[in-house]
Amino acid sequence: MPATIVQANSTPFKTVPIDPVTLEVIENALRNARIEMDATLVRTAMSPGIREQGDAFPLIADHKGRMIVGQFGSYIGPFLEGFDGTVEEGDMIFLSDPYSVGGAISHSNDWLVLLPVFKDGRLIAYTSMFGHQSDIGGMVPGSMPIDATSIFQEGVRIPPVKIWKQGVYNEDLVKLVMHQSRTPAWCKADLNALIASCRVAANRVVEMAARFGDDVFASATDLLLERNYRAMKQLIETSIGEDKVSFEDYICDDGVGYGPYKIKCTMWREDGRVILDFDGTDPQSAASINFFLNENMMKMFFGIYMIMVFDPQILFNDGYYPLIEVRIPKGSLLKPNFPAALSGRTHALGRLFDILGGLLGQKTPEFLNAAGFSSSPHLFYAGTDKNGKWFQLFQIGFGGIPGRPMGDGPDGHSLWPGFTNVPNEFLERYFPLRIERYETVADSGGAGLHRGGNGINMVYRFLEPGVIAIHDDRWFVPPWGVNGGEPGVRARKLLVKEDGTEIVLGNKLENYAVEAGDQLHFVTWGGGGWGDPLERDPALLAKELTQGLVTVEGARRYGVVLVDGAVDAAATEKLRAEMRAARGPIQTFAFGDIETLRANCEAETGLPAPTQPVWQKFAEAAE
Amino acid sequence: MAYRLGVDVGGTFTDLLLFDLGSGGFWRHKTPSTPHDSSEGILNGVNAICAHAGVTPAQIDFFLHGTTVATNAVLEGKGARVGLIVTEGYRQVMQIARSFVPGGLAGWIVWPKPTPLAALEDTFEIPGRMDAQGNEVRATDDAAIRAVLEKLKAQGVEALTVSLMNAYLNGAHEKRVAELAAEVMPGVPLSLSHVVLPEMQEYERTLTTVANASVRPIVGNYVRNLREKLRGAGMAGSLSLLRSDGGLMSSEKSEEHPVSLLMSGPAGGVTGALWVAKAAGLKNILTLDVGGTSTDVALIENLEPRRVRTTEVGHLSVRASSLDVKTVGAGGGSIAYVPELTKALRVGPQSAGAVPGPVAYGKGGTLPTVTDANVVLGYLPEALLGGTFKLDRDGAKAAVQTIADALGIGLMEAARGIIDIVNENMFGALRMISVQQGYDPRHFALMGFGGAGPLHVNAVARLMGSWPAVSPVSPGVLCALGDATTRMRTETARSFSRRFDETGEAEVLAILEEMAAQTRAELAAEGISDADITSQFELDVRYEGQAFEVPLSIDAELLKRDGLAGVLARFDEEHARLFTFNMDSAHELVNLRAVALGPLLELEAPKLPVGNGDPIEAKLRDHRLWSNGAMQPAVIYDRAKLKAGDVIPGPAIVIEMDSTTLIEADCAGTVDAHGNILINPKS
Repeated sequence: MPATIVQANSTPFKTVPIDPVTLEVIENALRNARIEMDATLVRTAMSPGIREQGDAFPLIADHKGRMIVGQFGSYIGPFLEGFDGTVEEGDMIFLSDPYSVGGAISHSNDWLVLLPVFKDGRLIAYTSMFGHQSDIGGMVPGSMPIDATSIFQEGVRIPPVKIWKQGVYNEDLVKLVMHQSRTPAWCKADLNALIASCRVAANRVVEMAARFGDDVFASATDLLLERNYRAMKQLIETSIGEDKVSFEDYICDDGVGYGPYKIKCTMWREDGRVILDFDGTDPQSAASINFFLNENMMKMFFGIYMIMVFDPQILFNDGYYPLIEVRIPKGSLLKPNFPAALSGRTHALGRLFDILGGLLGQKTPEFLNAAGFSSSPHLFYAGTDKNGKWFQLFQIGFGGIPGRPMGDGPDGHSLWPGFTNVPNEFLERYFPLRIERYETVADSGGAGLHRGGNGINMVYRFLEPGVIAIHDDRWFVPPWGVNGGEPGVRARKLLVKEDGTEIVLGNKLENYAVEAGDQLHFVTWGGGGWGDPLERDPALLAKELTQGLVTVEGARRYGVVLVDGAVDAAATEKLRAEMRAARGPIQTFAFGDIETLRANCEAETGLPAPTQPVWQKFAEAAE
Repeated sequence: MAYRLGVDVGGTFTDLLLFDLGSGGFWRHKTPSTPHDSSEGILNGVNAICAHAGVTPAQIDFFLHGTTVATNAVLEGKGARVGLIVTEGYRQVMQIARSFVPGGLAGWIVWPKPTPLAALEDTFEIPGRMDAQGNEVRATDDAAIRAVLEKLKAQGVEALTVSLMNAYLNGAHEKRVAELAAEVMPGVPLSLSHVVLPEMQEYERTLTTVANASVRPIVGNYVRNLREKLRGAGMAGSLSLLRSDGGLMSSEKSEEHPVSLLMSGPAGGVTGALWVAKAAGLKNILTLDVGGTSTDVALIENLEPRRVRTTEVGHLSVRASSLDVKTVGAGGGSIAYVPELTKALRVGPQSAGAVPGPVAYGKGGTLPTVTDANVVLGYLPEALLGGTFKLDRDGAKAAVQTIADALGIGLMEAARGIIDIVNENMFGALRMISVQQGYDPRHFALMGFGGAGPLHVNAVARLMGSWPAVSPVSPGVLCALGDATTRMRTETARSFSRRFDETGEAEVLAILEEMAAQTRAELAAEGISDADITSQFELDVRYEGQAFEVPLSIDAELLKRDGLAGVLARFDEEHARLFTFNMDSAHELVNLRAVALGPLLELEAPKLPVGNGDPIEAKLRDHRLWSNGAMQPAVIYDRAKLKAGDVIPGPAIVIEMDSTTLIEADCAGTVDAHGNILINPKS
């Protein structure tokens, strides 16, 4: 049942001509409103995840629910299709259940607020924002149990409900939801912040419509979508071929011993449209690494990559959606059947971006970037301190940016938009922690003409006993290099006890007890390299040696011999000649071979290789 | 008899403004800047303005100066080579920065990462560690420190910084490094993080300390050179520089703490606007400072400009108090273009700059700019005052025609479109500092200055609903006016980070008094008598766990009277104004700041002769300009001949040496007693 829109004034908007100047002015104003949403959120949210790391996403859509400005694409269409209720003036929708909105949000930690904006009794726009909550109950602190086997273990599930109904606030609903959380104060503040952001944007939309006229506003949003359609159509025709190209990459494991899981995508152009077909992707996992991928979200990812890779000047909205068709097999890792667990979905989400890069660059390797997405590495640390106070940390880590056509990948930076680290002095002040080291790992970026960025080694010393959980990937299948560049170094987690005992920890780990004084070396992935490392200027390696970014041994991967900090030119020339002769022609992609990786896994990583998953038939449960 | 001289050095011109404190008379002068050595231009200007006023440089008691020397050093990467000493495990604190990559999803593909201000090869670690309560966890080691200092010395760093973990709570280890540095590297300027910025957040504190060290040599050379030249010219008075926060500091202090100068340039405009506002009887002002490549906006409420705790320069966000000035890439030189793929009309942020400049300037520019659109529309008359400079209207037309053709609209519509869009960009920046901060722009006047501000102020005031639109007297030298008329200021800050229920008035007051004594002593050292010094306090408050603090100003008496409860009540009120809600969470007192201010300049602005309300005597000629979709008759006036009380009906243009004011068709400008033009809608 699609939603019923109730309007006191259902006069359709008239299509009126818009001059280019007004159009530009309205687009600017919408963009400013979106910036204002971000600003409001960051200043009022409370959990470190949202306020320090920016894990929240705003959107303004037209009256049909198509995104005009925002980041992750519009989920309003799928929501309206699945919502068995009314949308009325004074309503505000609140939800978190991915299965209720076709995967428009991808795990229950993301709380979404949707505000239909009415003017003079008529629905004129939507504003919406979702943000990651620190804890929504369930079997582990942080509510993202990697070993969950069903979404029921992942905390409170909120189907689309009205937090405001015709202007009346449903306090009981909020109380009930907050009661499920281990961190109700943060969740309350963050929910307030999401609501305040949507209201701010709604006010701006109404002001805009008042200033230009409702019909002008509605016609302008149509034109903005159309403009984007035209631009993307041209881009698709010039950049995407009719021959099929495929690319596949892997999630290393599922946290319960199985892996790797393959994601495969095939892309081609047909009748002016792009088809993205995920046929060949592995079936869903019994654990939580499933990623319920919404088709519209995939279109958005594709569009953003097209623009960033080929023409970063284009601005962005939903207008080009009809130009893309996304096919995802049901029951696969990317479209699991209810009630599959979803809380480990960040790995597949990250991997999609590497796959997109690989797909788009095959025909035009000069535009190709190396791989770098691990996921967003998570660390959870929770417990009760000496004074009986509960503490709970959820932190996102960063790693190496891939080598790029424009140059080296930055060391220890974020691939996610708007994310920043939490200052270590802040962590130390508010959590029982000391951060003993915060540095990038020399040689961890893949060698290349443009090298990959180094991963980060962050050493946490726990000052109170507690439990930790880790979600990371790219520890088994390395981030690949391109155009002759080498893969980056894989992620690694090492616990050092006070007596010096070293324990290699899995990169997906739940409920692991730590003692006061333990040190966790949380090491993230390095980005893949871009281009022939034998072409890199040797002087740059000498410089990076003094900077601590490469070692003498690591420089040899570039065929560069460093003696006492200086380049030995003759030895370098000789070594490079030998390496050139030995390696044969350059391949576009440098992957690890899965069977070789498996055979060497224990020796190289200190961890047993994951076992090839055995596919079970998952019956679709009745909701 | 005392004279105050304000001097603002811009990219093209050096502006000077001389005040006679006795008579209230003032003189202004513009002279070309001399970028290879600004002091030459300044000295030319000083001699010229002194001759003009009939005084000698020896009679100038106060030389007050806004400068972009620190800003440019950062923007152009011309700072000193800085050595950085950090805690073991933190060598890459500047390399990792905050891991932030701008530009949205996939923005990393096209982001050029800036090089750290302190090079990684000049960054070294030392042992020793403080915890988050300021207790020593591990001792530091003299031998290790010496070894590092020797390496830095050998590498030839020009300035040294020390930034250790949790030093904001305990600077003992940093002090030890300073002691040893004095032995190993005597004469190399040293900045310690717990002195420069005793606040939490290791990256921001390190960056601020490094930025300070990086611009120190350049600023130091600049200031010493200028002082010598001025002394050589016979000027014996004091030399002060304008801080980013709109206060003045002695040239000696600015040599030590140049990080406070990064927004010195734009601050001059805001303090100038403040002085004009007082004279014009306006209390709430939005400022619109339109230059060639960018526009700066700021908000003044109740004659107090808003300040922020961060200074943004280029890609750097430095923790130093600054007036809350927002900059957009929209100015007279902003280039209009129509991208092939989208067929949208875009204006800026690319700019034609001073070279080649707008097409109308005839210096080789070929791309249509905002200035060209203003020329096409008749808002900038072809012949400016004095006839020394003629604008190429045909060239401007040809350039704007390319935009019209790409969009399939008429020439005038395209020109007006360019203006509408650039105005809209300015409007966006003004909204950020007003509506977004919970201020209703309809309660503010809008003051336009800089070369092109008075051209746009009327249209932007209409968008904002901010009346009157003000074209201040001497809009082209308002920065120099601000330099000349503001007061001395110094401040100190401290991290506190405690819940209100963990502290009390007595403790907070004791710390504030200690900080007040420190700041008063600094001003006393500048020769200001204690009776002339005013102390103010600021408390940064937030709900526990929030990232955003609300700064609240308060004085000791108020704190004694209302206690911390009074502070809480004010916080809740302010939070509701900003974000529309309050929470029942605990409150946290994050930072304490003490500000000491020098005496306020009590100086009456000079008055114009009073006229009969009719500006006819100032009329230069009839004119035509584009208004409401057609060419309309208009009048051009000479600003120098306007009298107080004159009412100028729009559409009209008022021209002077370095600026042009546009009064739109349905508005009228009234000349106030001091020569400011206040534009309001005709009602």
